[in-house]
Amino acid sequence: MDEILIGTLLASTLRVATPLIFCALAGVISERSGVIDIGLEGKMLAAAFAAGAVGALSGSTALALTAALGASVLLSMLHGYACVSHRGDQVVAGMAINIFIAGITVVLGIAWFSQGGQTPALPDSVRLHPLIEHAGERFGPLLGSAVLGHNILVYLSLALVVAVWWFLQHSTPGLRLRAVGENPHMIDAAGISVKALRYQALALNGILCGLAGSYLVLAMNAAFSPHMTAGRGYMALAAMIFGKWRPLPALAACLLFGFLDAIAIRLQGVVLPGIGEVPVQLIQALPYLLTVILLAGFMGRAIAPRALGTPYVKER
Amino acid sequence: MNQPPLAVRMRGIHKQFGSVRANDGVDLAVRAGSIHALVGENGAGKSTLMSVLYGFYQAEAGDIEIDGKAVSIRNAQDAIALGLGMVHQHFMLIDTLSALDNLMLGCEQGLLLRGARAKARERLAALMTRSGLQVRLDALVGDLSVGDRQRLEILKALYRGARILILDEPTAVLTPQETEQLFGVLERLRAQGSTILLITHKLKEVMRICDQVTVMRAGRVVHECAIAETSINALAEAMVGRKVQLGRQGMAASAAQEVRLEARQLSCADAMGVPRLREVSLSLRAGEIVGIAGVAGNGQSELLDLLSGLARPSAGVLRIGEQTFGSNRGEHWLDPLTARKLGLAHVPEDRHARAMVMAFPAWESAVLGYEGLPANSQRGFLRGTAIRAATAAMMAQFDVRPPLPELGSAKFSGGNQQKIVLAREIGQAPRVLLVGQPTRGVDIGAIEFIHAQLRALRDAGCAILLVSSELDEILALADRVLVMNEGRITGELPIEDCDETRLGLLMCATSAMETKETLQ
Amino acid sequence: MSASPGSATRLPRWADIFLLPLVNLCIALAVAAVVVALVGQQPLTVMHSLIEGAFGSARGLSYTLYYTTSFIFTGLAVAVAAHAGLFNIGAEGQATIGGLGTGLLALWLAPHLPSVLLWPLMLLAGMCGGALWAAVPGYLQARRGSHVVITTIMFNFLSSALMSYLLVHPLKVNDGMAVESAPFAPSAHLTGIHELLGALGIDWPSSPLNLSFLLALLAAAGVQLLLWHTRLGYRLRAAGSSPGAAEYAGIEPGRQIIIAMAISGALAGMLGMNEIAGVNDKLLLDFVAGAGFTGIAVAVMGRNHPFGVIMASLLFGALFQGGAEVAFEIPGFSRDMVVMLQGLIVLVSGAMAQAVAQPLSRLVHALSGLSGHRKELQHG
Repeated sequence: MDEILIGTLLASTLRVATPLIFCALAGVISERSGVIDIGLEGKMLAAAFAAGAVGALSGSTALALTAALGASVLLSMLHGYACVSHRGDQVVAGMAINIFIAGITVVLGIAWFSQGGQTPALPDSVRLHPLIEHAGERFGPLLGSAVLGHNILVYLSLALVVAVWWFLQHSTPGLRLRAVGENPHMIDAAGISVKALRYQALALNGILCGLAGSYLVLAMNAAFSPHMTAGRGYMALAAMIFGKWRPLPALAACLLFGFLDAIAIRLQGVVLPGIGEVPVQLIQALPYLLTVILLAGFMGRAIAPRALGTPYVKER
Repeated sequence: MNQPPLAVRMRGIHKQFGSVRANDGVDLAVRAGSIHALVGENGAGKSTLMSVLYGFYQAEAGDIEIDGKAVSIRNAQDAIALGLGMVHQHFMLIDTLSALDNLMLGCEQGLLLRGARAKARERLAALMTRSGLQVRLDALVGDLSVGDRQRLEILKALYRGARILILDEPTAVLTPQETEQLFGVLERLRAQGSTILLITHKLKEVMRICDQVTVMRAGRVVHECAIAETSINALAEAMVGRKVQLGRQGMAASAAQEVRLEARQLSCADAMGVPRLREVSLSLRAGEIVGIAGVAGNGQSELLDLLSGLARPSAGVLRIGEQTFGSNRGEHWLDPLTARKLGLAHVPEDRHARAMVMAFPAWESAVLGYEGLPANSQRGFLRGTAIRAATAAMMAQFDVRPPLPELGSAKFSGGNQQKIVLAREIGQAPRVLLVGQPTRGVDIGAIEFIHAQLRALRDAGCAILLVSSELDEILALADRVLVMNEGRITGELPIEDCDETRLGLLMCATSAMETKETLQ
Repeated sequence: MSASPGSATRLPRWADIFLLPLVNLCIALAVAAVVVALVGQQPLTVMHSLIEGAFGSARGLSYTLYYTTSFIFTGLAVAVAAHAGLFNIGAEGQATIGGLGTGLLALWLAPHLPSVLLWPLMLLAGMCGGALWAAVPGYLQARRGSHVVITTIMFNFLSSALMSYLLVHPLKVNDGMAVESAPFAPSAHLTGIHELLGALGIDWPSSPLNLSFLLALLAAAGVQLLLWHTRLGYRLRAAGSSPGAAEYAGIEPGRQIIIAMAISGALAGMLGMNEIAGVNDKLLLDFVAGAGFTGIAVAVMGRNHPFGVIMASLLFGALFQGGAEVAFEIPGFSRDMVVMLQGLIVLVSGAMAQAVAQPLSRLVHALSGLSGHRKELQHG
């Protein structure tokens, strides 16, 4: 019984954490290059809609994924156009993207599918399935459900954490990306284009948000529904800050937040002896609360990339 | 006769920022294999010229030749490709990365850091022995000393294949020992065939190490010669400028009275831990103007910040009237509000960032810092009508143009902005007035007016501290002159004993010994 | 070197105040029209029925003004923070906690007090709730260095978690299925405009528009007074537009941040008077319904000026009401079109302000150069 409980808890932790991981990585890439990304939520939502709509219309997983990545990369480029090319306020731009996408996805959804903003349920053939069928029955709850019973995007998200970490720490483009977020003047003086670097970072950021959105529609649910990201973009932002702008600690934060979510659902209405009923809302609010406490400097210091949020302007 | 080849030739360079002509038809010729000094005061246009050479800015007119070939340098990449290397005054380094990563950034070989690092390390080993620049490659830049960082910057330029090295005020942050080391390196590089352009205002260093010198003033080249044919005095005079006109006609001798402000042994350091002010003591008496002369950037700004309560010193004591402020832990240092209550007014050096809120209409800027006085607000409400009327009257009295209290502060010319600020501070009938660069960016007509106002205030018994990098201004106004260099007061002269040569030498003096020699 | 940057591309005042917002709105509307056409509707028809729905009837107008009321509160909140140099994304959460304060006070005192005494207390409770919820992020930025943008986002989520906890647990009505508090006693109900006009003998259709509309106008006047006629407002603006000058003037920027956030939150907290006291008469989950985010668009569009905020609120109020009517009339049209438009406006007039203003200023300068009416204000 305990093994089953732990198995399902772990399994749902991973499932909930996956979109957070993609988004947090997207945040890490863009913010390490010096561009604040409040727009994770909107980019993910746009990708989810694109995946849902194109998946339903074409019946092709590949096309759905392509559309999702395309939509969020496009938004990232818009973000770059406003903030990198025209030195607009990065936070305002991100917020604008979030509001714009929250509206337009519903508008298009209602107009195209007439289901109150939902896209039609995707056929089984389009959805992503666990790589190993019935893993839980074949390998037991711990190994099977928790570890082996997931679809490809879950494993991809974990692999990408390592990949992003490796990219940032062990590749020369990664070194440049870290450098431009710390001191763009130095990058300019070294003869590298600050704009090009930031656009490239935003393109990667778009791809990662696209994967997050695809996961919501192709794996977690069977269709797009309005506002389905439900604040996950912001939670990923919190996880990224919690992880101090580094991929591996951000992964840990995503898993922690995912676990809190999984356990909150479990504990709904459970009365613990001596404590009484556990306030689920408190557990759900913990990620945000912890992030505020961290940011306030009560749990070590979260040091952001030095040039974060400041558009690059040559001196004078 | 055999003309030595030129490494750099710039002709007719023009570069303008807004209405300021930073470079106004500048010519520069640098012989290959020489150390060439480019000297001048802050704001003379040296850094702009070098930024044009390095591709940071595009000149509006003029052309550049490198090694005898006409080139166009659009960005740093072009400059690097032509064999130019620049060591900026503010280091272009990233604290959170290792020295090695900083060195190779922008010219890494291969996609993998491991391989790129190995290759860079190999090349650097040779380069470090050849140039004599030793740096701990694996240390984080944040942990390196200032001298180490500078060596790293030079190494970075050499690593990129620089044959022509531009150094912007390289000794500003160095100790004398580090400076000697640096010069050793530069001589070695020259011997190996590099060309070095040294931007500085320290004439002693120019005499010590350079072959040629170009002196700039107000965006133009005013003097050019071989070091062998010049002297420190001649350079000082060229740098400080025009024949000084003593505009002191009709100025009564000062009748200095009681001490209004006294500072003892003030010291402070900047964020990087570099000392900016070293044990500065001075006193101000009622009815006198004390001028602080010196090349800008030698601690004058920090001194003003400390005396006006905008910053706290690391050591020292300040007395204003009867009040004493200490810098020890737990002791309360002066703050701007208290300063105003004690009758200490301050016309800051930086009009744009401090003296006015540029987004405010003139009448609002005209009470900045005094908005809480009963004349300006009552029970929390601003007395808008009264302030507007007072501002209009002030504008008429000070001949501010256009005389429109509603006009945005940013829309006035520099001279008129300064008049508004000066009027505000003088209007409080201060006991002490601190004035920083009162006529910087101000047109000639307004300069006369501002000077007259300061004299009148002195005659009315105010104690005035005047910081200016314009020697003319100091000589025209001050009763007593203190000269600052490298955060120290290097000399004090009554106005009668001042001449430009003496002051110029004191401005370059680095020790009490030199000061003595100069004053004798 | 003190060359003032960008002076060549500055717009004249009239263009800055009227032309630029108008151009921005037109760009946003043009993009929206493309989307409308994309979903197979006639943009002009939609526009027509939207305006008809928003202003064509007394009922429509009342609904428009009802939405306007909420947006004025949140728009003012964002605007005040902006004057102090802060981007307050947390008006949503501040309005939630403010409404909670208003509601709790009503639950507690409504059975004992008459409206005249109760309303001011409810308002005060709302303002305190909002102020508290905003001052904490303000404090964290001023004293602990965490950025207001991130903390206010987090506080939005914290407020909704708190609200849902309270409504599921302590405030839950025993037999109710809905997540809401018990209804307030009648004295807590803020008089509707139709009730007021009815009492005066004027027939007016029933709508949620209530007295808090007047409160919103008062608040806007108050903000105008505060920002430009008081010492406090002077110091807020000084610290917001030039921290260096503020420091020089003895105004401590950190303190101004906390005060500005508290005032901003108090303004957002007034929203409860409209939604909780004026309409719902009980506490419920999502009564703010995105007005906090609309406030961002309102403030950006209204150039952070109280009058501009009122006008922009009216615009968005009309869009919300008109949009609802259009959604009712034209199948396949969603009111979320308005949300989209909101995002577009924030994008065009906020994030891409420079991208629009620069070509516009070149155009204006070229035109005024042609007509020879150039007034030279700059002397020297």
